[in-house]
Amino acid sequence: MSAQAAHPGLSRRHRLAERGIDGQLLLLVPAVVFVIGLFIYPFLYGLGLSFQPAKGGGPFADYQRFFTDAFQRDTIWKTLRLSIPAALFNVLASVPIAYRMRGRFRGKRLVTTLLVIPITLGTVLTAEGLINFLGPAGWFNRILKTLHLREDPLGLINNYWGVFFSLVITGFPFAFLLILSYLSGIDPTLERAAATLGASARQRFRQITLPLLAPGLATTFCLTFVLAFSVFPSAILVGNPTGSTRVLSIAAYQAAYEQYDYPFASTIAMIMGAVELIVLGFVLLWRSRFYVGSTGGKG
Amino acid sequence: MSTAVEAPRRRIVASPSGWAVWGSVVIFMLLVAGVVCSVLVNSFGTRWFGTWLPQGFTTRWYAEAWRDFGLFQVIVVTLEVAVAVVVLSVLIGVPASYVLARRTFPGKKLVYFAFLLPIMMPPITYGIPLATVLYKFHLAGNLSGVILANLVPCVPFVILTMTPFIEQIDPTIERAARMSGARTLSVFTRILAPLLVPGILASCILVLVRTVGMFELTFLTAGPDSNTLVVALFNSMNAAGIRAQQSVDSMAVIYMTVMLVLLVVALRFVNPTQLVAQVREEPEP
Amino acid sequence: MTQQNARFEELRLDGVGRQFGGQDALQDLNLTIRAGEFIALLGPSGCGKSTALNCLAGLLPLTAGSIWQDQTRVDTLPPERRGFGMVFQNYALFPHMSVRKNIAFGLQMRHLPKADITRRTDEAIRLVQLEEHASKLPGQLSGGQQQRVAIARAVVLEPSLVLMDEPLSNLDAKLRLEMRTEIRRLHQSLGLTTVYVTHDQEEALSLADRLVVLRKGRVQQVGTPEELHTTPANWHVADFMGFRNLLQADVVEVRRDGVVVDTGGLRLVGTPVGAVAQGDRVVAAVRPTEFEISEPGAPDGIRAVVEVVEYQGREQAAEARTETGGRLHLRTDRRLAPGDAVSLSVPTDRLLLYPMGDEAPPSSSPILGETSGAGAAPALAGRG
Repeated sequence: MSAQAAHPGLSRRHRLAERGIDGQLLLLVPAVVFVIGLFIYPFLYGLGLSFQPAKGGGPFADYQRFFTDAFQRDTIWKTLRLSIPAALFNVLASVPIAYRMRGRFRGKRLVTTLLVIPITLGTVLTAEGLINFLGPAGWFNRILKTLHLREDPLGLINNYWGVFFSLVITGFPFAFLLILSYLSGIDPTLERAAATLGASARQRFRQITLPLLAPGLATTFCLTFVLAFSVFPSAILVGNPTGSTRVLSIAAYQAAYEQYDYPFASTIAMIMGAVELIVLGFVLLWRSRFYVGSTGGKG
Repeated sequence: MSTAVEAPRRRIVASPSGWAVWGSVVIFMLLVAGVVCSVLVNSFGTRWFGTWLPQGFTTRWYAEAWRDFGLFQVIVVTLEVAVAVVVLSVLIGVPASYVLARRTFPGKKLVYFAFLLPIMMPPITYGIPLATVLYKFHLAGNLSGVILANLVPCVPFVILTMTPFIEQIDPTIERAARMSGARTLSVFTRILAPLLVPGILASCILVLVRTVGMFELTFLTAGPDSNTLVVALFNSMNAAGIRAQQSVDSMAVIYMTVMLVLLVVALRFVNPTQLVAQVREEPEP
Repeated sequence: MTQQNARFEELRLDGVGRQFGGQDALQDLNLTIRAGEFIALLGPSGCGKSTALNCLAGLLPLTAGSIWQDQTRVDTLPPERRGFGMVFQNYALFPHMSVRKNIAFGLQMRHLPKADITRRTDEAIRLVQLEEHASKLPGQLSGGQQQRVAIARAVVLEPSLVLMDEPLSNLDAKLRLEMRTEIRRLHQSLGLTTVYVTHDQEEALSLADRLVVLRKGRVQQVGTPEELHTTPANWHVADFMGFRNLLQADVVEVRRDGVVVDTGGLRLVGTPVGAVAQGDRVVAAVRPTEFEISEPGAPDGIRAVVEVVEYQGREQAAEARTETGGRLHLRTDRRLAPGDAVSLSVPTDRLLLYPMGDEAPPSSSPILGETSGAGAAPALAGRG
């Protein structure tokens, strides 16, 4: 009691420290300032802009404009049509392969290194390569012709498929490596215990591994989906940017830098964010039905 | 009753599903190899149309590309941007991760979520508003704008990489150091910093690789003389009618070489999975 | 899927061996287990006991030898077809399944009728007294409770063999004692053949019908607890069985009533285990409890000064230093104090003399004033 009266400032500091607030938190300040200044503020600014259409007509006019114009509205469908199958493919194709490769084996480092290459090279380079490789005179069609599988070249670039392949090439290794690390995070003795209890390999996978992997699959899908949903350069370079692969990012870019209609561009950007969050929301809801606690292992 | 050594029956490796799995991996690698090689071969070809290989080989496209695209300047800019982003994001991000790793405080989950958002959003979504704001403050169209824009995904990335790293450093060693009489600065410089170095190094490398390859943000905020290599490549590809395809491919090969060099450097410090698995599970509350 | 589940009369391990990259983790294990026996595999870490267990389970393939269940060879079967139950050291409970589902898992794998599964699962839950926790997830249980779930999961199948891999090592001391009794009680009521791996000799002695002591992949001795406790086959086993005093000595004279050895100037008379001849280097092993302590001045006694005394209730554990500088461990109900001078003697039949073999016993201050050097021939320690 007397100590409090003698040092009132000290007791307030102590009270704050009890709740976890003290000088050390100052270390957070630069990062928080950064996030607010370079992310939250621009985001809010854009949000505000989206409600101030350049052509007038009330705060929701630009949103209405977007949804009533088929050319614009269809971008949502086109983007989802590309990103969801690509993400699904990347995740689902990774599972059996990662399952085989879990644990240690001799070439693992080599394989993972090789798989990291497409991710590092990035979408732009992949797009350029795909134009060469999958083009009508490229090696892929040549091989098909030589093997007498097809006479006419397959139209694989400047359309949906070009972009899809680009998303798979850059997205699959990403999904694979993530799922591989999730699989390694599952305690291997669980499968051994299941084996001693009479479970065959298939039963072990379905009853033990898969339920424990599901949350990781959901997270991987979310991340891969975000990457695919953001598709921009490949949709232009190796897709059909005015037609079947006119994705949301292209619409936003065009509004901003070709029509200089910044409010409309912000509107599209907001819609893009919202659509992504809705999809992610569904996936995370699905994920919450599974056991998401510790699964032993090294993680 | 014999004690002769018999080879036990091993689990079958060459089962049909095993072949399917390895087969798909090989096909994928071949696809990637095909993509990369076609760019490579074309860049060295004189003319290539309708045949398996170019009609002749030359290296003049490289000289031409170097000259025409001003590649030296572009590479310099790329390096400047990358280094600046690395330094800044580490300076901002590491102290923040320390706090997040060690301390709980009211609103921690909110703060962590705020740091997570930039990675979860498509770059175009926040890039366009960001570019608009930067242009408003006359920060865009030049090097500083590009650096600021690229910081946005990289600081959270450093935080997400360093926080689990710091979490796994046993906090009791800091207490042990204090019990031995070390004050905060000593604890930091003599105990914590040396342990953090591998993590910081890994973050630097990963941010470096990421920034050099980051397209959208630079594309939106760069001016004509502050383009990074990947944006210059895109621009040349987009305007492909003007330049010869081989010239563009040479530039692509130069870009590829830069990235592969960075990758090789990176792999000396991190393992391949870390290049990818940056965003792992959200921390348990 | 057919499973080996018929009760067997005997389980035979024939020359079982397992190599890891050129190293022998387990070599030439020959053992015949009778139905209903409780066998303990005992030894320090790295001795091969866990390897042996995993080979029995089918989780590790053999590189040598075979395993026979009566007349049927089982080491070529994968673990899911052997019908053995296993309790893992870290329990390996399926974290996403409740206690009930964990226990029912094996029964489901056998496609038994649902009513049977429920009935047997309930019985197993009652057996380990976890009725209140049946719907909980493993993460919500304490270590001891998880342990019991692991045991229930393994025994609910009424397997022909239960394998236990150091199941008590993750529990605190009090819980370990309780669970030990539980395991003993379960074995008595269910009568399942059990192979139990541990590094704790007290645990092994209290649980097992027979023990197998392993060292560096090789069997050192097989016997009942009493046999191992009173007559270890070599000094390594003696070390493991609590003969804390291991002294290097030289044989001076072989007489009919005992062998006289000299250790650092002290003359002792002991009982040889194995062949010893004059001039041999041997290891003299004595339990701390076997020293007879008397006042200094007794003839033919070892003169020593007590240095450290530990209170252990009715008894005290003490360390005394002899005139020649060696340390002896004592255990007595006499009240000693540091600094006391005492005279120690040990009856001939309680001082066991072993050929030294290829390794000298570690001594913190060697009696003979030499560091442990290479022994004579690299003879292997005798087998039991």
